[in-house]
Amino acid sequence: MSVEININKAVKKYGDLTIIPGLDEHIKNGEFFTLLGPSGCGKTTLLRMIAGFNSIEGGTIAFNDKVINDIPAHERNIGMVFQSYAIFPHLTVRENVEYGLKLRKMPKDEMKRKVDDILDVVQITEYQDRLPERLSGGQQQRVALARAIVIHPSVLLMDEPLSNLDAKLRVEMRSAIREVQKQVGITTVYVTHDQEEALSISDRIAVMKKGVIQQTASPHTIYTRPYNVFVSTFIGHSNLFHATVRADGSGKAVVFNDGYVMPMDNLSDEVTEGMEVIVSVRPEEFSIQPKGQGLQCRIKNKVFLGKYNTYFLDFEENMLVPNQPSIEFSQDLGHAERLLDVNETVTLKPNAAKVNVFTADGERNLLKGVVLHE
Amino acid sequence: MNKKLIRWDFWTGVTLLAIVVFGLFLIYPLFSLFITAFQDPETGAFTMGHFAHFFERKYYYQSMINSFSVTTCVTVLAIVIGTILAYFMSMYKVRGRNMVEICIIISLLSPPFIGAYSWILIGGRSGILTQWLQNTFGLEFPSIYGFSGILLVLTLKLYPFIYLYVSGALKNIDSALIEAAESLGCSGIRKVFTVIVPLITPTILAGALMVFMNAMADFGTPMLIGEGFNVMPVMIYSEFINEVGDQANFAAAMAAIMVFITSVIFLLQKYIVNRKSFTMSSLRPIQKGELHGIRNILMHAGIYMLVSLSLIPQLVVIYTSFLKTRGAIFVDGYSLDSYRTIFSSLGSAIQNTYMFSTGAMVMIIFLGMTVAYLTTRRKSWLTEVIDTLTMFPYIIPGSVLGITLLLAFNDEPLLLSGTAFIIIISLVIRRLPYTLRSSSAILYQISPSLEEASISLGASPLKTFFKITAVMMLPGVMSGAILSWITAINELSSSVILFTGATKTMSVAIYTEVIRASYGTAAALSTILTITTITAMVIFFKVSGRKDVTL
Repeated sequence: MSVEININKAVKKYGDLTIIPGLDEHIKNGEFFTLLGPSGCGKTTLLRMIAGFNSIEGGTIAFNDKVINDIPAHERNIGMVFQSYAIFPHLTVRENVEYGLKLRKMPKDEMKRKVDDILDVVQITEYQDRLPERLSGGQQQRVALARAIVIHPSVLLMDEPLSNLDAKLRVEMRSAIREVQKQVGITTVYVTHDQEEALSISDRIAVMKKGVIQQTASPHTIYTRPYNVFVSTFIGHSNLFHATVRADGSGKAVVFNDGYVMPMDNLSDEVTEGMEVIVSVRPEEFSIQPKGQGLQCRIKNKVFLGKYNTYFLDFEENMLVPNQPSIEFSQDLGHAERLLDVNETVTLKPNAAKVNVFTADGERNLLKGVVLHE
Repeated sequence: MNKKLIRWDFWTGVTLLAIVVFGLFLIYPLFSLFITAFQDPETGAFTMGHFAHFFERKYYYQSMINSFSVTTCVTVLAIVIGTILAYFMSMYKVRGRNMVEICIIISLLSPPFIGAYSWILIGGRSGILTQWLQNTFGLEFPSIYGFSGILLVLTLKLYPFIYLYVSGALKNIDSALIEAAESLGCSGIRKVFTVIVPLITPTILAGALMVFMNAMADFGTPMLIGEGFNVMPVMIYSEFINEVGDQANFAAAMAAIMVFITSVIFLLQKYIVNRKSFTMSSLRPIQKGELHGIRNILMHAGIYMLVSLSLIPQLVVIYTSFLKTRGAIFVDGYSLDSYRTIFSSLGSAIQNTYMFSTGAMVMIIFLGMTVAYLTTRRKSWLTEVIDTLTMFPYIIPGSVLGITLLLAFNDEPLLLSGTAFIIIISLVIRRLPYTLRSSSAILYQISPSLEEASISLGASPLKTFFKITAVMMLPGVMSGAILSWITAINELSSSVILFTGATKTMSVAIYTEVIRASYGTAAALSTILTITTITAMVIFFKVSGRKDVTL
């Protein structure tokens, strides 16, 4: 039943305005695939193209080998969960879930069995005879999920389904969705702008910007080995430093603008001596060292966040890529030997095994084995 | 592919149907009216003669001045009464306010000419009050006929429009605005005129347009009570009914002048309102205060007096329907003779009324829902055209619409005059714009993702429309349709022109009975009409779960 989705040079245009200029993606059968990006990046547009609510102006989208460009939405056999849930307010919970099955002219007893099963899976059996307006947000969300899954769709499409819930419920529903999806084993495309949600729920994530996919990879890879500077700064925080490549004995090293030399053993072969690069260091990839064994900076400000102390740092201006919102260092309070004070000068050493090195224009990662599509 | 073709066909069909209905029964007749207005009846050549004729003779152009003056006075008076009433009803606790509101709505929905007719029964030459004053005190009751009579009847009939509009607006004023004014040192009457009145001015203007259009177009009232005081709708009607010589062309010219006037007023109002429009939504509506002592008594006395004054006509009519009559004269004692007479000789009129209105209502519901769907969800240049077309009936007085339909469909191959169909169509054309507007408002409240959800579950767009969208729209559309039905059973100005013996409706029958001075039967018919109206209103309140009416 479940299918793989092949998107081949898909184009979306509104008049002269191109939203998606030609997008390629392959979504595997049964996987939980997330489209992540800032608002206006085209992720919902792409989802609605798969659903059939947006026309496709070029290229193809195929379920397995079957091109669906010209198949109307109601014949694509999709299940969709909407941001607003879109529960039919004039039907009871049970009638909402039955709706799709009735259209498929399913025999009564089989329908009853299926509806009972799914109500049980999403845990709303006790509310089945209520009208939706008397349900909480989380319960409505479960109805929407049950209604979409019960028809055994080829793909399940979700458009920011958790954005209207409060923080606690969001986390709860996140695992519920994940669990149900694995149980049914259905290809799922999930749209969100919430990176934490994406990292925690997905098999793979595609990060989008201006209608172009910046990287497709597992959550772990997306965070630890981002393909470009956009991904590295959009997912979590990254501090960006200017640096130059230099030969270092048999290997290579990057030299920061204050002269600190950091040997690297995982730079790709295309990296040559004298190349200008950007080194991206996450706040947790610094460690405090004695003077001379790292980058020197001043503590500008600090914020206590329970597990962590976050320090805001001041570096010499020429060391940094300009226009960064902040330069941060997170100190894990579970292992901290000494807390730092505001205005203190400190030496921080980036962890060479963890940092990422990008081309000077920020477009590509220069480490070995980092690919655009994983 | 087959399915796709059917889907394409349905919405195209609705688009075509809408265009045919408005094109054939509104634009084409209006167009032929204008052509007729510029035509010489003998040669068919272009002439401005009819217009010249109109502006040359005082007898004619005086009717335009009369129409204008009486309509303006009615509008001003209705604004003053309606606004003051709404202000007190919204700001202060009024005993029996629900009853008061229902009475106000009843007087709005009752046929206008019943007011005229019962005021004649009360204060006319041989009216109850006139005779009583004459016999006991030898006093002369001031004449109820002419300008003052029309003013009285139409004001009492139309101030509820302003009342309903303004009450709605007052509900939307956030009490913080009033408190802000007070905190800045503005209170009492100054607060009313510097804060409240400006806030409700756009609403008053919207209501004023309704009042103006209704008063301008009203045919029954001036016909019955106007006597020598000629106004345009009456003039057009009598010129048109006089089938001598070039009168049809002349009547057409007058109708064209009238449409011109109403269009100018319509556009002027839109222009002013657009410049001043803003939206209000109230988090905390104004709390009703309490008046004490003499002020409280005065307020209650005022409100109750106004409401009784507007209800008196209804009560008088019901009372007289049970009086014994001999011909045109009421004699002592009570009887059901009047009812017997109408059921034996005018039964078909009652039947016609219900049939035509119900037929119109069904068409209005269908067209209202589908066309509103087209113009809000499937926008294209064609639906824009339909949207514009549906604005036209606002500016066309009922009698003018009647004349245009009659002129356009009086000949083969489109010989429709005298049929029930043409009356139903005229009702549909006049009410559809209101239903369309409210249906679109309802549709904007329904999230498109509900429809997409249905489609994603495998329902075709057409099936989705009927299973989801239409079902959700229905309660709102139904309650609007009941109001349309009420207006339809009380409709006179276009049916009086379009009717023939076989297609007589109750309101037409009442009118002809009154003209024949057969007051007993007219009263019995009016009573049936009033009771039907009240019953339908009760159903409306049940269906909509609302306590107010917007027309």
